[in-house]
Amino acid sequence: MAGHVDGNALAGPLSELFAFDPTTASARCASCGDTAVLARAMVYEKPHSFIVRCSACDAVLMVVLQKGDATEIDLGGLAWLRTLG
Amino acid sequence: MTATVASVHPETASARSLTIDVPGWRGNIAGQHVDVRLTAEDGYQAVRSYSLASSGPGATLQLAVDRLPDGEVSPYLVDDVLPGDQLEIRGPLGGWFVWEPSLAGSVQLIAGGSGIVPLMAMIRSRAASASTSPFRLLYSVRNPDDVFFRAELETPTPGLEVTWAYTRATPTGWPRPTGRVTGDDLSAHCFPASENPAVFVCGPTGFVEAVANALVLLGHDPARVKTERFGGA
Ligand SMILES: Cc1cc2nc3c(=O)[nH]c(=O)nc-3n(C[C@H](O)[C@H](O)[C@H](O)COP(=O)(O)OP(=O)(O)OC[C@H]3O[C@@H](n4cnc5c(N)ncnc54)[C@H](O)[C@@H]3O)c2cc1C
Ligand SMILES: [Zn+2]
Repeated sequence: MAGHVDGNALAGPLSELFAFDPTTASARCASCGDTAVLARAMVYEKPHSFIVRCSACDAVLMVVLQKGDATEIDLGGLAWLRTLG
Repeated sequence: MTATVASVHPETASARSLTIDVPGWRGNIAGQHVDVRLTAEDGYQAVRSYSLASSGPGATLQLAVDRLPDGEVSPYLVDDVLPGDQLEIRGPLGGWFVWEPSLAGSVQLIAGGSGIVPLMAMIRSRAASASTSPFRLLYSVRNPDDVFFRAELETPTPGLEVTWAYTRATPTGWPRPTGRVTGDDLSAHCFPASENPAVFVCGPTGFVEAVANALVLLGHDPARVKTERFGGA
């Protein structure tokens, strides 16, 4: 697979949707139950999308789609997302 | 937001730093980045993330960019941008890979290549504050000419120790042979796991993953090892 970055890179793309910085939120993987801050996830950039994978089991946690100026997130692989504190 | 390039400065043969003015910037903490969006004449857009080497309340920021020969965006920022040019940026971004002077305790920084940029912001933030947290930096570069922020890192401020690791060529008489950072380098030059330092690792993805795995094998608490991958193999 081509190179990847990590959840730190999602701060910009997700700032369109969230009033808080979701990269500092805890995310629970629906596949393996691992819980980690989103910044620790693996991020694969594709044209107009980011595939976000669990760093423990590699399952897809979410997909961030950029459709022109609109941003859509498929959250199907997340059990939950929780802000810290 | 619109940034105006104030000045450019060569850092290495393949990299340069850009000082940009951003009216309305609300300040940033050390470790944060911006997304830079370039738009071609035909409307094609490319967005890339660049860390800030600067922090604090000011609206004058510093980026430092390494040129990837086949890259879409980095050759433009390294070779073509001139003072007075404008860049579209978004930020400050990222609240996790950050260090603030209010945090107590030892800090271990480990950089590969351009991964020094956000760590330099942390070093400068500490120097500008009353923080007495001891800092160590292990900086892996290809050769002695490949060093960003050379003047500041060759005469570090008190409380900062810098160790260099060369992967392709060393200065003459250098004791360590060339090579990638190993577990032995980490145990010889980094704060030990027993001190429970906050660790920040940044650089090319392969470098970050190898170093982070080696740190955990040396007993560092994975929760204390923060990583930022810049991409690439
Ligand atoms: C949060 C974050 C902060 C960053 N901060 C900085 C910074 O301060 N300074 C800086 O110079 N870069 C930084 N980067 C990397 C930067 O965003 C770009 O990826 C880089 O400049 C390459 O962009 P490009 O358009 O020139 O290359 P592209 O056209 O995107 O890529 C060209 C080729 O190089 C490969 N590649 C991509 N990135 C890298 C890499 N880092 N190393 C090796 N090969 C790579 C690609 O897989 C591709 O094959 C950061 C990345 C992230 C996610
Ligand atoms: Zn998982």
